[in-house]
Amino acid sequence: MSDLLFVRDHIQPPLPAPHRTSGVVLWLRTNLFSSVPSTIVTILAVLFLYWIIPPLYGFLIGDAVFSDPEGLRGEACRFEGVGACWVMIQGRWNTIIYGFFPNSELWRINLMFVIAIVLLVPMLVPKAPFGRTAALLFFLVFPVVAFILMSGGILGLRQVPTAQWGGLTLTLIISVIGITVSMPLGIFLALGRQSKLPIIKGFCVGFIEVWRAVPLITVLFMASVMFPLFTPQGVTPDTLLRAIIGIVLFESAYMAEVVRGGLQAIPRGQFEASSALGLSKVKTMVFVVLPQALKHVIPGIVNTFIALFKDTSLVTIIGLFELLNTVRSAARDVNWSSPTSDITGYVFAGFMFWIFCFGMSRYSIYMEGRLHTGHKR
Amino acid sequence: MKKHLFSVAVATSVLMAGTSVAQADLLDDVMERGYVQCGVTEGLPGFSNPDDNNEWTGLEVDYCRALAAAIFDDPDAVRYTPLTTAVRFESLSNGNVDVLSRTTTWTMSRDTDLGLSFAGVTYYDGQGFIVRSADGVTSALELDGAAVCIQSGTTTELNATDYFAANGMDASNFLTFASRPETVQAYIEGRCDTYTTDASGIAGDRTKFDVPGDHIILPEIISKEPLGPAVRSGDTRWFNITRWVLNAWLGAEELGVTSANVDEMLESENPEIRRLLGVEGDFGAPIGLSADWAYNIVKQVGNYGESYEANVGPSTPLGLDRGLNALWTNGGLHYPMPIR
Amino acid sequence: MTAGVQTRREQASAIINDPKFRGLVYQALLLVAVVALFWWLGNNAATNLARQNKATGFSFLNSAAGFEIGFTLLPYDRASSYMQVFLVGITNTLLVAVIGIAIATVLGFVMGVARLSKNFLIRTGATIYIEVVRNTPLLLQLFFWYFLSLNALPSVRQSIVFGDFVLNQRGFSFPMPILDDSFVWVAVIGVLALLAGFFWRRFALRRSEESGNRYPVWLPVMGIFIVPTAVAFVLSGTEVTFDAPALQGFNYRGGFTAPPELTALMMGLVIYTAAFIAEIVRAGIQSVSYGQTEAAAALGIKEGDRLRLVIIPQAMRVIVPPLTSQYLNLTKNSSLGAAIGFPELVSVFAGTALNQSGRAVEIIGMTMLVYLVISLVTSVFMNWYNARVALVQR
Repeated sequence: MSDLLFVRDHIQPPLPAPHRTSGVVLWLRTNLFSSVPSTIVTILAVLFLYWIIPPLYGFLIGDAVFSDPEGLRGEACRFEGVGACWVMIQGRWNTIIYGFFPNSELWRINLMFVIAIVLLVPMLVPKAPFGRTAALLFFLVFPVVAFILMSGGILGLRQVPTAQWGGLTLTLIISVIGITVSMPLGIFLALGRQSKLPIIKGFCVGFIEVWRAVPLITVLFMASVMFPLFTPQGVTPDTLLRAIIGIVLFESAYMAEVVRGGLQAIPRGQFEASSALGLSKVKTMVFVVLPQALKHVIPGIVNTFIALFKDTSLVTIIGLFELLNTVRSAARDVNWSSPTSDITGYVFAGFMFWIFCFGMSRYSIYMEGRLHTGHKR
Repeated sequence: MKKHLFSVAVATSVLMAGTSVAQADLLDDVMERGYVQCGVTEGLPGFSNPDDNNEWTGLEVDYCRALAAAIFDDPDAVRYTPLTTAVRFESLSNGNVDVLSRTTTWTMSRDTDLGLSFAGVTYYDGQGFIVRSADGVTSALELDGAAVCIQSGTTTELNATDYFAANGMDASNFLTFASRPETVQAYIEGRCDTYTTDASGIAGDRTKFDVPGDHIILPEIISKEPLGPAVRSGDTRWFNITRWVLNAWLGAEELGVTSANVDEMLESENPEIRRLLGVEGDFGAPIGLSADWAYNIVKQVGNYGESYEANVGPSTPLGLDRGLNALWTNGGLHYPMPIR
Repeated sequence: MTAGVQTRREQASAIINDPKFRGLVYQALLLVAVVALFWWLGNNAATNLARQNKATGFSFLNSAAGFEIGFTLLPYDRASSYMQVFLVGITNTLLVAVIGIAIATVLGFVMGVARLSKNFLIRTGATIYIEVVRNTPLLLQLFFWYFLSLNALPSVRQSIVFGDFVLNQRGFSFPMPILDDSFVWVAVIGVLALLAGFFWRRFALRRSEESGNRYPVWLPVMGIFIVPTAVAFVLSGTEVTFDAPALQGFNYRGGFTAPPELTALMMGLVIYTAAFIAEIVRAGIQSVSYGQTEAAAALGIKEGDRLRLVIIPQAMRVIVPPLTSQYLNLTKNSSLGAAIGFPELVSVFAGTALNQSGRAVEIIGMTMLVYLVISLVTSVFMNWYNARVALVQR
């Protein structure tokens, strides 16, 4: 037996990769230090983070005032180097969420929220049961129930005028009505714009372009100042209703343009195929074209919803107390005035808006993935 | 799609149900509706301001309450609509509110051009300036070139411009804001050297400052600002109600009738008091009200003097002396027209 | 049932089912409905106006406004007419829109590229910026910036002074050159030189395309512009004096002051719009296939030039249409300046002037018309530009 003959009789375990090409080091090399400029930028970015994070932490958490055991209100946030005055949000919580709704009637708003969530969950979660029923209830029954709960005046509920609606509740009411109404309106306008009939097309084009050209704030001004001028003598719609009408008309023009993009993406073959199958024009639209077109433009539709949700903050300017306005008025309240009241209010309101908008945009990405049935180009 | 449409229709129709109707005779509408719609400020202490329970209080709110007391015998039958200066007149002409009791100055062009009628004057005011005491300014004439925060679209804005022009001062740093809270906020933040509005308003706003003592109100009063409730022109009966409610409110003070002694006063021998309280003659019927309309005002709300003391008088944070707003018998300007 | 009736019925149903006939009926119905609606609205407006006893008409445009405007580019004082208020509002709106669009475009492109950066920190930073800014209301951001700038800046007496440049709560003041009459000649020469430089650029670019060699562009253009202008400046004997801001009483006077309202509005608009532009740019760049980058690398184009010369020009056709709507959005959003006291069109005309004159219909109508015109002009220009950058199929 010679030692020269060597036959490996077992498999060697693999050697670890060179440490510079795996794990944390690889990640650092490719993501932070891939080149000289990249390294410089990384260093600058780290310096920036070092500069921004400690004060940010200090403001939001470290030096912030979370509790007010002695009932000092604004005084509790009056010291050198104070951070966010969260006790203000706590103290004015009811106004920020419910507006000027009478305290004894707040259960009505809570009940409305609960019903809305109960209906929305099966509607939005694709695998949940009763989706269709929930949608029907949400669009047909819920508006009536919600209106009765908010407004009262019947069934022994105390009447609450719209002037007392406010806060997050008002923001949500305006957005939900705006979204549900501007969507079908936008689809009709988009279809009208595609029409071969010149007058219908001209009307839709004119409507869409005029609304898209003017700022929402002038639309709201018009709704609040001029709208009553155009209604018959004696009929004066409610301020809130006017604002909602203004927002709906405005956003439906944007919605129409989004939907038009989807309609244009549908190839002619779809129309020809459905007419070969003997479907009428209406059926072609409802069962063949629109489902595909709307699926194509989900991101655009959700972006319009997000824009609408953010735009509700503009009703502040015509004197409605939605979320932003209630937060600002809380900060101006003499009892709550402190060096950081304003900025706390802005951060909080921004966070509330952000949660809803970011949630909507994530949900749209999720739905886009689910509805992706292989038509994507 | 149908379900969308239907929900739209439902939502619209139910919201429409909550709309108000303003016809030629406003009193009938108000009676039917069961409450008065009153346009107020977005929040000015002493005049119209929501308190911690979101109940509106103030001198001008008390006028609205007096109106409601006269019509319904219930001072709480009022709905308050906070209005910005931008929408106040349109809201009134459109019938959004029945009466505008919102620190509005009675001027000729508003009477003639805007189609309003002023029922009278609830508060004789004048425009003043507030400055930081640290700036060492003692007279409005020293404000040459100062940054001035003003609420846009007000008589205040025009008066300040006139005043600066008349005294050859540089007005290039005027800064106007759409709403009152923003105007005050900008002054507090130091964006402006001075903030100008009706002197009573400044006194009200000053109560909201962190350290009120750091700010002084300059002695110059640069304009006449008779503030009063306004209604739409054309409805004589409603106009008369608003005017005479004001006169009865003031008249009660003149005659010494207060909420405390009004029931005793029913027995009074003084024919003026007897007429005011509806014991003698019926002055309610011609304007569509009950005979005891003025009794209800005093009983439920009190007289003008009581409201003044409770809301803006020397014992309140505003600390405004009666001054011009005393009755004529005390050297002031309030001169209630006789009820007979 | 006789045969005649049958045919008539058939004819009738043929007409009813005829798409052309149906189309005509639908259109006629819509037309009647629209005309009736407008007639009804107009009629209501007329009755309501008559009932309100209010004066109407455009004659108020000639009467004196009687109020001051804090920031104007045009000559304006209290005796100026409402028409001048209107013009001041338009120029202020356009000022914000033009400067805002320029800065937002640059920031948007930078952020869009940063979003695709290989560097983790930059990529994440850009993503956070975009997701935060896009998902909160602009009005809130404006309030935030305005409040922050008033709080962060020193009071007048503690101004940050750097030479003749002054920064405080009342704004950023800098000296304004005061020019005498002979400067006109310098200006004329300068414009001519600029045109000459522009022609050189076209010439140089064409030459480099034909020959494949790179010709210098920017240095010669600068030379062509600066040298004659400087010579003209010296020869004409123009004297330039500076009107520097100086503390006088309450405020710095003289020079030019950009108030904090303008700065806050500009910051808010730029930061907000740039987040949207960044997403558009990212989508545009991603729409260009990666093979283009590899091909450019294979051709030996430098890494920095690949994006600029190969990718972005191809991405432009995807970027330009949505970019146009962002430009229009920025212009429209400038109307939110009304909320923080910047005297742009809506604030000064649809706000103050409307209040002082009470002419709601006329003023709102004029305001909306201005935005319509701006929107039309921008669309026409961007369509022209889009046609230029569109992919030429060979």
